[in-house]
Amino acid sequence: MIAELGLAALWLATALAGLQLLGGVLGQRESGADLAALVRPAAVMQALLCAFAFGTLVLLFARTDLSVALVAQNSHSEKPLIFKIAGPWGNHEGSMLLWITVMSLAGGLIALVERRLPEKTLLATLAAQAFVGLGFYAFLLVSSNPFERLDPAPAQGLGLNPLLQDIGLAMHPPTLYCGYVGLSVAFSFAVGALLTRQVTPDFARVIRPWVLGAWIFLTLGITAGSYWAYYELGWGGWWFWDPTENASLMPWLAATALLHSVSVLAARDALRTWTILLGVVAFSMSMVGTFLVRSGVVTSVHAFAVDPQRGTFILVLLTIYIGGALVLFATRAGTIAEGERFTVMSREGALVINNVALSALLGIVLLGTLYPLLTEAFGVKVSVGPPYFNPVGAVFLMPMLAVLAVGPLLRWRRDSFARIRLPVLAAFAVGLAVLLGMWLIAGMALLPLLGMAMAAVVGIGSVLPLLGRSLRRLPLATLGMVVAHFGVAVALFGMAADSAFSIEKLVAARQGDTTEVGPWRVTLASVEPVAGPNWTALEARLSASYRGGAPSEIKPQARSFWAPPQQTSESALLTRWNGQLYTVIGGEADGDRWQLRLWWKPFVTWIWYGGALIALGGLLALIGRLRTDLKRRTVRARVAARRMEAAA
Amino acid sequence: MNALSLLHSVERFARFVLRWVPTLAGITMAALALCLGPAAGQDLLPPAPYAYRQLDDPKQEAKAQALMETLRCLKCQGQSIADSDASMAGDMRHQVRTRIAAGESPEAIRAWMIERYGDYVSYKPELSTTTWPLFALPLLLIALAALILGRRLGGRGK
Amino acid sequence: MIRGRIFLWGLVALTAGLFGLFAYQLSQPKDEFIQSTMIGKPIPPFDLPPSVPERPGLASGDLADGQPKLLNVFASWCVPCIAEAPNLARLEAAGANIVGIAIRDRSQDTEFFLRQNGNPFSRIGRDDISAVQLSIGSSGVPETFVIDGQGIIRYQHIGDIRDSDVALLLEKLKEAGA
Repeated sequence: MIAELGLAALWLATALAGLQLLGGVLGQRESGADLAALVRPAAVMQALLCAFAFGTLVLLFARTDLSVALVAQNSHSEKPLIFKIAGPWGNHEGSMLLWITVMSLAGGLIALVERRLPEKTLLATLAAQAFVGLGFYAFLLVSSNPFERLDPAPAQGLGLNPLLQDIGLAMHPPTLYCGYVGLSVAFSFAVGALLTRQVTPDFARVIRPWVLGAWIFLTLGITAGSYWAYYELGWGGWWFWDPTENASLMPWLAATALLHSVSVLAARDALRTWTILLGVVAFSMSMVGTFLVRSGVVTSVHAFAVDPQRGTFILVLLTIYIGGALVLFATRAGTIAEGERFTVMSREGALVINNVALSALLGIVLLGTLYPLLTEAFGVKVSVGPPYFNPVGAVFLMPMLAVLAVGPLLRWRRDSFARIRLPVLAAFAVGLAVLLGMWLIAGMALLPLLGMAMAAVVGIGSVLPLLGRSLRRLPLATLGMVVAHFGVAVALFGMAADSAFSIEKLVAARQGDTTEVGPWRVTLASVEPVAGPNWTALEARLSASYRGGAPSEIKPQARSFWAPPQQTSESALLTRWNGQLYTVIGGEADGDRWQLRLWWKPFVTWIWYGGALIALGGLLALIGRLRTDLKRRTVRARVAARRMEAAA
Repeated sequence: MNALSLLHSVERFARFVLRWVPTLAGITMAALALCLGPAAGQDLLPPAPYAYRQLDDPKQEAKAQALMETLRCLKCQGQSIADSDASMAGDMRHQVRTRIAAGESPEAIRAWMIERYGDYVSYKPELSTTTWPLFALPLLLIALAALILGRRLGGRGK
Repeated sequence: MIRGRIFLWGLVALTAGLFGLFAYQLSQPKDEFIQSTMIGKPIPPFDLPPSVPERPGLASGDLADGQPKLLNVFASWCVPCIAEAPNLARLEAAGANIVGIAIRDRSQDTEFFLRQNGNPFSRIGRDDISAVQLSIGSSGVPETFVIDGQGIIRYQHIGDIRDSDVALLLEKLKEAGA
């Protein structure tokens, strides 16, 4: 009964999306006013129905209703409740339902609160949203119904893969979807603005929270994903330029560019068409990323949910939405009046350089990721990896970072270099000193050296906007920018330090043997067999001491799962403020010795601290913007009320 | 065939497909398992001598490490041989380390690998008739960026 | 403005090309095989010790004795190698001279494997660290190479030999012998 209610709600929501689309399109003319009035209620109702449908699926998983095919295939009555509740999005059907639910909730929210845009633009936006939504509803109802019944019901479910029973992985899909949905909202607004030719600062202010929100989620997703690969794959690498990773990086690059161009549009009414184009591109990149990961056309370490048929469906949606939006853009772009002008020595000028560099980076990542696919079509296999991405990316990244250090100090519209000469020169002088010092002392390779120097420049440059300002009166959005930019410096420093100063030791150790890894002395105390619920493991007891200090015990494991049969290395880490000791036990070497892999990775954790700071900066900015928006809203309401009183 | 039996066969087909989804997922996981470490269908011999052993000379080891990070594991194709527990990756690391120790240059070893497996084995694309767009397009992007910045920002200052 | 328009439509065309590429790749079966690029080149020099007592080992010189051969790269721990055993037997019965390289395999395991699945090999070399396998561009087991009488690699078959592959391999062998 519950499953049927959920399915009915889903069908109703689909019908309402159809109505929303119809109303949004016909409502553009005077004759469609009746239909237009239905659009907002339809969006809100659709959100409620979707939330209800998703709720029923969660309930079905929580109660382990095995008569539902999806539950039977992905759950088990003995599973911990938290993973039962996370069950719905641990599979394709459920995660599609989650996607459409988040999307309809966003649509409902817009319909409920958004009053800043011209009504026709909003109608067109909601119509675009319904149009995108309908594709996903069709996907769900036609080819992946999550409420499918199983008759007769099996006695027990198949369970979720033990490797995926991890709280981090349980949170991963919702995080990504929130990011993608946020970009889909920006896409809908861009299409709405394009259709009604209303690209205004108000438009930018309306989409800014959505872009910011999406960007925060994407930042968190990439940071967490990178850390997961770092400790799970067992070789100490944190970024492999693997297609799956690139698929997550591309929407982030586009969203970062969009975020910055939106603030130019909001503050100065410039970069109109460019912002619209980025809105389309950002959502395209998240769809292209989903396609690459799900369809299996590229070879990747992380290829989990591969299914060519779903790939076909996503490709069809991609063609309709992105192809359609680009054609619309190409026909309309010329009719949108160009915005305000500015000089190179201005905040806008710096942001334009940032946007061009980010777009070029996006182009490089896209090219490098898809090039093997292209040559494969001609029967030639090539590989594009770190030796390509790192130097070519740096060509575009380094100038961008230099501008990042200066841009926030500049005033809008027109500024002179003389005004900010002193602090900027100081920052670059420190950077140069770091460059020369590190080169002479440490003899670092070129890329980490440049990274280190640029980290210093950006680190100093990012906090310069705080000079001479009272912290209490600082707008939250400005503080957010400072924090996020400082996070870039922190992450960059971590990357450079790790790649330049990492120390690796591979040893075959007997019990009692001591190995030196940088400042650490690691002793193998013993190797013991241990057992978990569905695995057995060899566990090394290591005692590690930092510069002769008190030893700490860490226990890396080599685990063998039996269903499915599989071996994994569970690395064990010792974290200090200035880096991590990373230990892995491999197999048995000859006789009584064990393979140990030990790394001292100076400042490696700063990479993820930096990522977290960037996301935190985004969050601060989001709160700041929302607070200002709310304040403006109340002021407007008060003014309107006063006018009413005066009229009465 | 009436509508009811059609529905039935559709339903049976759907159930058939659904039954195979976990199997497919299992196969994917098993493929991943192949890369993660030896399990069923794997050999019992110990790894090659220099698969998990570093060269004594740190300078040579650094050279070998840098090269290994840019050679692709042929078995689990998404990783470099420096990041893989597959035994074939270990054998390739042995080749790299012993050849470096014998005085071969990293680029000569890369060329040796490419001679056998084609460009696929190297993550570092070389400039050739098949890869020139990888290098031409960034140059084009730089030119385009300069053009856009020049038109957008240049000369309109005062 | 016209130039901008051209740029925009260029973008649309680029996207269309990209989607076309995606569609094409989706329609193609995923080809995970990495072909050896040693076809047409002489086999690199090597000398492998015997893997089992009843057969001699294998050296590159043995492959340049004027008679074309099938070189089968196999291992006892490899499941598809069991599947292809009957077809190797058929090839041997059809007159093919088959030599083997056992990859990362202990002698007792190879012996057991041959007792279970038959021994079509005239020589078997033991390659404990995949050195010869790497030197001929083979990326897995089983793989079968056609080597002509001068020791030049003529053809590579990746994966287990199916029933339908037998005739093809015999044909390639004949070509190599001519």
